[in-house]
Amino acid sequence: MTAMTRREWLLSERPASRRQARLGQAYRTWLTFRSNWLAMVGLGIVLALILVAIFADVIAPYNPVIGGDLRTARFLPPLTGDHLLGTDDLARDIFSRIVHGSRLTLMVVVLVAVIATPIGLLVGTTSGYFGGWVDTVLMRITDIFLAFPRLILALAFVAALGPGIENAIIAIAITSWPPYARLARAETLTIRDSDYINAARLQGASSARILWGHVTPLCLSSVIIRVTLDMAGIILTAAGLGFLGLGAQPPQPEWGAMIAAGRRFLIDQWWVATMPGIAIFIVSLGFNLLGDGLRDVLDPKARK
Amino acid sequence: MGAVMLDADDLHVTFRSGGDTVKAVRGVSFAVARGESFGIVGESGSGKSTVLRAICGLAPTTAGTIRLDGTPLTDPRPASFYRHVQMVFQDPYASLHPRHTIDKVLSEPLAIHGFDRREERIEAALNDVGLGGDFRFRYPHQLSGGQRQRVAVARALILEPEVLLLDEPTSALDASIQAEVLNLLDRIRAERGLTYLMVSHDLAVVAHMCDRLVVMQHGLAVEELTREALAAHRAETDYTRKLLSASEGYTPAEAS
Repeated sequence: MTAMTRREWLLSERPASRRQARLGQAYRTWLTFRSNWLAMVGLGIVLALILVAIFADVIAPYNPVIGGDLRTARFLPPLTGDHLLGTDDLARDIFSRIVHGSRLTLMVVVLVAVIATPIGLLVGTTSGYFGGWVDTVLMRITDIFLAFPRLILALAFVAALGPGIENAIIAIAITSWPPYARLARAETLTIRDSDYINAARLQGASSARILWGHVTPLCLSSVIIRVTLDMAGIILTAAGLGFLGLGAQPPQPEWGAMIAAGRRFLIDQWWVATMPGIAIFIVSLGFNLLGDGLRDVLDPKARK
Repeated sequence: MGAVMLDADDLHVTFRSGGDTVKAVRGVSFAVARGESFGIVGESGSGKSTVLRAICGLAPTTAGTIRLDGTPLTDPRPASFYRHVQMVFQDPYASLHPRHTIDKVLSEPLAIHGFDRREERIEAALNDVGLGGDFRFRYPHQLSGGQRQRVAVARALILEPEVLLLDEPTSALDASIQAEVLNLLDRIRAERGLTYLMVSHDLAVVAHMCDRLVVMQHGLAVEELTREALAAHRAETDYTRKLLSASEGYTPAEAS
């Protein structure tokens, strides 16, 4: 690698190791992705969310849960003193609450993605690959879950499990895998009789190996795109549950719950409900833009 | 003719989907000797590829038996079957996984069957098919059609099979590459004493590659010929004669 720049090494047409081949492929994807500035904006927003969540303690000037003086510091409008976004009815700094709320939002997003994506992929690829009665049983189960509106089903789960952010996450995860299963199944159906899958069978590969090593990688990109695009919806569902009092419980600074608490003062103290609303809006937009960009890069059908 | 390596006895393959049944193969019998190169020729839809797929278990055997080295094959095929029989597919653009490097394509069968000295075997397999180590970590989309087909051949050979099933291995390649791949296959068979069962619609290819051949039409074996008989145009059935004259293209009309 002495005479070569790093870029040449990555873009080499004749990689010399497994690592170089993989990194080169990733770098090419990155180059395509980078040329889409809207997607880069989305990526920036999502990265910003992650950074804010990590450094919330450093960024937030006030404690998000304990308010200031209830006689003098309630309902301060934005930009008074050092309260950037004002204070709420309990004299808590809204900016600090939003910053700390990003942790809850990120936790919801990550946990739902980590729980729902593998379930969806597993159910979908298994169903599509084996077909027959396996397909029928798994897809009817999926249909049952799909038949309920997500928020209603999540409401039922939370009502059964008890309110709280963890139960809200479980409820959202349980209700968000069916579309991924459908998607993975559709992708699997198009490739299960292809020659390269047959070739793997002819090498004596077990079904598990074919599913995991051959089918899943090809379904993964479209599922990742879909999950990213769904993130906005998941954040909104979490916020909706919070708004209804079934998600995060006070005094947790969850954005949806903050809107719910602020709606009583919407006319006179508009900022209490509006600021977390703007935060939800920006993060949802960020995930949507990122998902769109990923689709352009990862979806083999959109490319070429 | 030496010991029989692979033989089919009254092989039937019927596909059922919904209410439709398609009888793709309707009683075909043949025997391939060890070390022989045997061809199956016929027009599209004659069931010739289905015979290959039935042998390796990709198509259902509805009736009849297929024997490998005298032992009837069971359904589904045991993993050890694939140590003995491998297949090269028709379309090299469809037979390699788009997200797997050549290295992965070649190392996977070794991992499945627990082979040792994997690094050496992969290097050797690539050299055998005329691709250097340069190609090892490339993705299929970085290769040409001929190179891909060489990789497919390497993949089939890496398990050191005794029988190679070739499903029109050159029909998706252009003429100059076709000859290269055919010569490669010829050389490998000579070096390793492999048994070939080759399907083609191209009589010239089969005449070049195969010692004997069977002509199929509408799922039936019409006629069995030797290479010499083919070269001398000693065909007994009308269909084979038609096929022969069709393959010659523009030759001036003969008195026959």
